Amino acid sequence: MTVTASASQAKPPLQRWLVIWAAALAAVLVLFLLQDSIPWAVNYPAGAVVPVSDWISALMGWIKSNLSWLTRSITAVLGVPLDFALNLLAKNFKIGHGADAFTLPRLSWVGVCTVAFLAGHAAGGRKLSLLVGGCFLYIALFGQWTSAMLTLALISIAVPFCILTGLFVGIWAWRKPWAERLVVSPALDLMQTIPTFAYLIPMLLLFGNSPVSAMIATAIFATPPMVRATMLGLNRVPLEIGEFSDMAGCTARQKLWRVLLPSARPTLMVGVNQVIMLALNMVIIASMIGAGGLGYDVLLALRALKVGEAMEAGLAIVALAIALDRLSQALAHKQAKGHVHQQASPGLWRRYPNLTLAIAILAVTTLLGLFVPAFAAVPKAITFTTAPLWKAAVNWVTINFFDTIEAFRVALILNVLNPLRAFCEGFPWLGAVFLLGLAGYQLSGLRLAAMVAALTAFCAITGLWEKTMATVYLCGISAFIACLIGIPMGLMAARSDRFEKVITPVIDTLQVLPSFCFIIPVVMLFRVGDVTAMIATVAFAVVPAIRYTNHGIRQVPPALIEAAKVSGCTPRQTFFRVQLPLALPEIMLGVNQTILMALAMIIICAMVGTRDLGQEVFIALSKADSGRGIVAGLAIAFIGIVADRLFSAWTAKARARLG
Amino acid sequence: MADRTEPGSNAANTQKGPVKLACRNVWKLFGANAVNFIRERDGKASTGDIAAAGLVGAVRAVDLEIRQGEIFIIMGLSGSGKSTLVRCMSRLVEPSHGKVEFEGKDLLKISDAALIELRRHRMGMVFQNFALLPHLNVLDNIAFPLSIQGQDRTTREARAREVIELVGLRGREHFYPRELSGGQQQRVGIARSLATKPEIWFLDEPFSALDPLIRREMQDELMRLQTMLHKTIVFITHDFDEAIRLADRIAIMKDGEVIQIGTPEELVVNPATDYVAEFTRDVDRAKVISARSLMRACGDAEHGGTVAPEAKIASFSADIVTAGKPFAVINGSGKPIGEVTPQAVIDLLAGIERLRAGA
Repeated sequence: MTVTASASQAKPPLQRWLVIWAAALAAVLVLFLLQDSIPWAVNYPAGAVVPVSDWISALMGWIKSNLSWLTRSITAVLGVPLDFALNLLAKNFKIGHGADAFTLPRLSWVGVCTVAFLAGHAAGGRKLSLLVGGCFLYIALFGQWTSAMLTLALISIAVPFCILTGLFVGIWAWRKPWAERLVVSPALDLMQTIPTFAYLIPMLLLFGNSPVSAMIATAIFATPPMVRATMLGLNRVPLEIGEFSDMAGCTARQKLWRVLLPSARPTLMVGVNQVIMLALNMVIIASMIGAGGLGYDVLLALRALKVGEAMEAGLAIVALAIALDRLSQALAHKQAKGHVHQQASPGLWRRYPNLTLAIAILAVTTLLGLFVPAFAAVPKAITFTTAPLWKAAVNWVTINFFDTIEAFRVALILNVLNPLRAFCEGFPWLGAVFLLGLAGYQLSGLRLAAMVAALTAFCAITGLWEKTMATVYLCGISAFIACLIGIPMGLMAARSDRFEKVITPVIDTLQVLPSFCFIIPVVMLFRVGDVTAMIATVAFAVVPAIRYTNHGIRQVPPALIEAAKVSGCTPRQTFFRVQLPLALPEIMLGVNQTILMALAMIIICAMVGTRDLGQEVFIALSKADSGRGIVAGLAIAFIGIVADRLFSAWTAKARARLG
Repeated sequence: MADRTEPGSNAANTQKGPVKLACRNVWKLFGANAVNFIRERDGKASTGDIAAAGLVGAVRAVDLEIRQGEIFIIMGLSGSGKSTLVRCMSRLVEPSHGKVEFEGKDLLKISDAALIELRRHRMGMVFQNFALLPHLNVLDNIAFPLSIQGQDRTTREARAREVIELVGLRGREHFYPRELSGGQQQRVGIARSLATKPEIWFLDEPFSALDPLIRREMQDELMRLQTMLHKTIVFITHDFDEAIRLADRIAIMKDGEVIQIGTPEELVVNPATDYVAEFTRDVDRAKVISARSLMRACGDAEHGGTVAPEAKIASFSADIVTAGKPFAVINGSGKPIGEVTPQAVIDLLAGIERLRAGA
């Protein structure tokens, strides 16, 4: 009786929403059909565009001309440690000038490789030692040493900077809830959705084309995870530990630095791992504004369409990424597992045997390098290049499969991409603002509706509507395909342990690779254009769909599955009626992540000739037009924020319903 | 004090010792504007008032005095406010109203610096989930409170080794918390709270996270330590058996209020409300009730033996039933003050209510 009553009460709102949505869609359709009589509602009138980009350009110009003393001194100060790191790892120190200049050599490659083996061993045993050392050796033998060390030097300076900044901002946000709510959280959201390219433009303008500006861009881009990890870690420290420190009579400072932060160390280490990986990703992209290193090699090779060289440098990035990721993850894991007791004994050598050994090896091999050239630089004789091999492979594929690939490409463009693009670009901006606002209202309320509508409207009133929709189209279809591939794979991984075991290392590796690397092989086969961008984006964005789906299904409590079995469910029924509904919020979270990653990648794909907001940023970058670049960057960020907020609201609603 | 060695012996010494810590009409309300709400009402408010104001009353109008050297147990089910009350006593939670007096001085009025000093040297606390610092080994965990006071390494490690010895953890100095069992971890927690030689010792459900067997062992351990150290102990538990085993006095809490304070025997013999009676129903009465509660005025029957007024029934029940004659209850100077009949003991053991007959 009561059940039917509540069911019939619950129904009207749903039906009402259906009617509302039907009406809304009809209204938008009418808008679309009437576009001849009210064109301003479909395409935002050019005359009414708010010149936000001009304002920003003017502001940046003012900063540049009036605050150059500040930017210059920042460059000078940051340049000191950066130069030191660059010289130490890659460039050699030059002391004095002219004829009597004395060169102090950089660290020997033999030493660095040995230390890599040693670090791997210290952090995770023999297997990790072989992996990390092997990666470094690979870089040396394939002739990428100097570039890789340039990249590593930039990272090694940017990362500590990110960690410290992130730690302090995180502590501030944790201490002051208002700061977290009003300043830090919105800033973090924005920083993580603004495309990487957009960071480069103001940096280029303020700090010039130099490693320092690349480093600053990297530092800004890579800091957010550390802030989040700090807040999360501090909030997760058990309440009792905080109470203990109060009862022990800790002052506020002692409590933070001696109790809370050390207790939060495992979470902080996860943040450090993410900072390192983001920094690597950004350093590669920042090669466009003077970072040099491996990213620059890729960029040069891609521009000259030297596929083999691009592939080689790309693989070196992969090797560096894997080495850094596994090493920092092993360290984080070690923290989480906790310490193992040992008799403490004095003496540096005894307490830090690995550290002392590493320093000794570096010193000895570097000194040897003064006398034996083979230690100073990787001898040409033992390096080899695979560039011709890659080129031959690509040639072979192009010759033998050109027709098939081309047919596939053309069919995709003609039948899927172009119609969709036309539909998106012709979509009335007023209708989109209205529909998204309505969705926001249904999912959460007036506040979300207002925010979503305002952000969408921003894209239109700055005159970027068509490009925004071009981005939405490419991002949307890529994310859709990524989910189409990723979710079934996640389901398979959840149902078969063996499949999970196979796929886990693959997605772990995919996740680590800098976004640049995805473009190279696709460009080789499909040349430039939307298809390339789409395929690279799908490969990049498929990971969260797989991971979250797998996790969502696997986290369904065993008791519920047993309950289903006891009730006589077939495996099929158990899966569709119990596991899948319960895993849905988690899967939605994965879809959300997939969309955001697709968006980030689509923008980078501007390098392979897409025509959307990414291209806008890319052009602005080459013209150093900061206003144009930043507005386009904001538009991209707003697409991400709108998608993220709507999906989060939806997920939250689904979660609340499941209790 | 000598009889403190025997767990559960109490009645005689509860009235001794000066008041160490006292709560005077202590309130803790959660919700908007709670402090003004209770101040405006001059420290009085009914359940209805609190609910009407949209507040939650975690601790309501608590008055109690804890005497030097006693084990004072605050007992209640989860949500009864016992943890909040003990946190009010140490000012981990700021009470909304009332006074908390430490040796007669209002704790709520002292400065932050004075509070830190007080906690560093005179208070200790043990936590339900141990609250050990995961990044420090046993020795450093125990020396931690000393280290934040600024003691140098040699001094603090010497003291830490002393307490490690005291709680029987020798040989584990360099282990990390994760490498220890629950019981061992709580020994570290106890040692750490004792390292500063506190006068008042708060134990917040210290054994609730442990297995029953280990819990028993740790209770014995606590009694052993108390015979050596004579701390003033405030002990929180939800386990009435544990309370009876350890307590000199027990305060029973329900919905934020203290509904009765008394020795275990007083609670069993004289429950103030049905709620208290419900708690005490399954208690092994013979172990709690003393001869004094069961005796009646001496009749003319011949006595088969003598017992002290504080002696628990369980300690002589077999003898008296075998003898089949009443036992005389004699005071310190050997004078009989009453008698206990075998029938009364049998009734008690059988659960037939004939209490208060002579009390």
